[in-house]
Amino acid sequence: MNGGADLGGMMGFGPVVDSAEASALDPLFHADWEPRVLGMIVAIGAAGKWNLDQSRFARESLPPADYMRFPYYRIWLEAAQKLLLERQMITTDELEAGRMISQPQPIRKRLAREDVAAALQAGGPVDRPADRSAGFAVGDNVQTINIHPESHTRLPRYARGKAGVVTAILGFHVFPDSNALGAHGKGEDPQWLYQIRFSARELWGDDCNPRDSVTLDLWEPYLERG
Amino acid sequence: MDARVRALESLLVEKGYLDSAAVDEIIETYETRIGPRNGAHVVAKAWLEPDFADWLKRDATAAIHSLGYISRQGEHMVAVFNDDETHHMVVCTLCSCYPWSVLGLPPTWYKSPPYRSRAVIDPRGVLAEFGTDLLDNVGVEVHDSTAETRYLVIPARPDGTDGWSEEQLMACVSRDSMIGTTLAAKPVAA
Repeated sequence: MNGGADLGGMMGFGPVVDSAEASALDPLFHADWEPRVLGMIVAIGAAGKWNLDQSRFARESLPPADYMRFPYYRIWLEAAQKLLLERQMITTDELEAGRMISQPQPIRKRLAREDVAAALQAGGPVDRPADRSAGFAVGDNVQTINIHPESHTRLPRYARGKAGVVTAILGFHVFPDSNALGAHGKGEDPQWLYQIRFSARELWGDDCNPRDSVTLDLWEPYLERG
Repeated sequence: MDARVRALESLLVEKGYLDSAAVDEIIETYETRIGPRNGAHVVAKAWLEPDFADWLKRDATAAIHSLGYISRQGEHMVAVFNDDETHHMVVCTLCSCYPWSVLGLPPTWYKSPPYRSRAVIDPRGVLAEFGTDLLDNVGVEVHDSTAETRYLVIPARPDGTDGWSEEQLMACVSRDSMIGTTLAAKPVAA
């Protein structure tokens, strides 16, 4: 979707850092609640009530003005709360009362302390056995499609309808546009994934340094022969 | 916010969805065990061992896993090498994708609108804010992490470090040099 998360190429947000030294000294957390949100959201992933792409879509569906001004862990919190409510794992009455009122929903697993290390180590690989050969080869010229779905996509606005070159074949990976739709889509619907290089001039115009480029990792359905 | 998050956590615990001890353990892991020292080890080893550097170029996931750095947000790795022609810099314009297994949690600026908006359209302006000057003949290649592939920048080895040990070289490799906003450099005290 064309939401607040699709930030590439926007202007007016100000400087990134005051200096390299300031970056090195900046703590990873700025308030006590931030690490709790991080830990809660990593842990509750084990419940199996949503997938990675559904959680990303919940974040990017926040009102754009909120998305752009909230601290990052607040974005995570708001999205998690939305998912918990949507799946009726909690209710607004419970949030107001601060205690359990309705019966819990069944979950796949409650992550225990002793299982954390194994769960972090296992991660969540998204490569799948390929059931077809790749449609593009390294060196092929490609053109990205021009789409504006209201649902989840990982093709940012700034790279739609642009010409690039295949620089690597990265594997056969879960397709986020479908995976985010859950039961309403084709599930994981894995697709070939490529690294595509675009010249900075193709993306941003002739004022750019001719040596500069941007790569994006894009699935085959986003690409046409260039 | 503190009260709101505490209330949500206690509700999730009461409903049986969450174990607060697991939350503590996750936080502790990323505060003490998984951080940019992992990545610095990968970089120093690549500087010292050409075979390891080749492996990183061919199959970064396997090469990095061989050092024991196997964890979430590191399942599919790509290593990109800075050289005389190309400087690499990593961003995630759409969210906050970052190689946790080798760099730990991302800095706040990495996840915030100024970096995510500008890294792709004005990378040289961003680099200047970090005090990073590149030679005119060096191109900047920005990698927007739009999929589950996670990028690790292998910075160029600083001059004057011949004969240095792996431990000494690791001290040259900052987190930001592996994101690509700065260069590797000899420690000021050295």
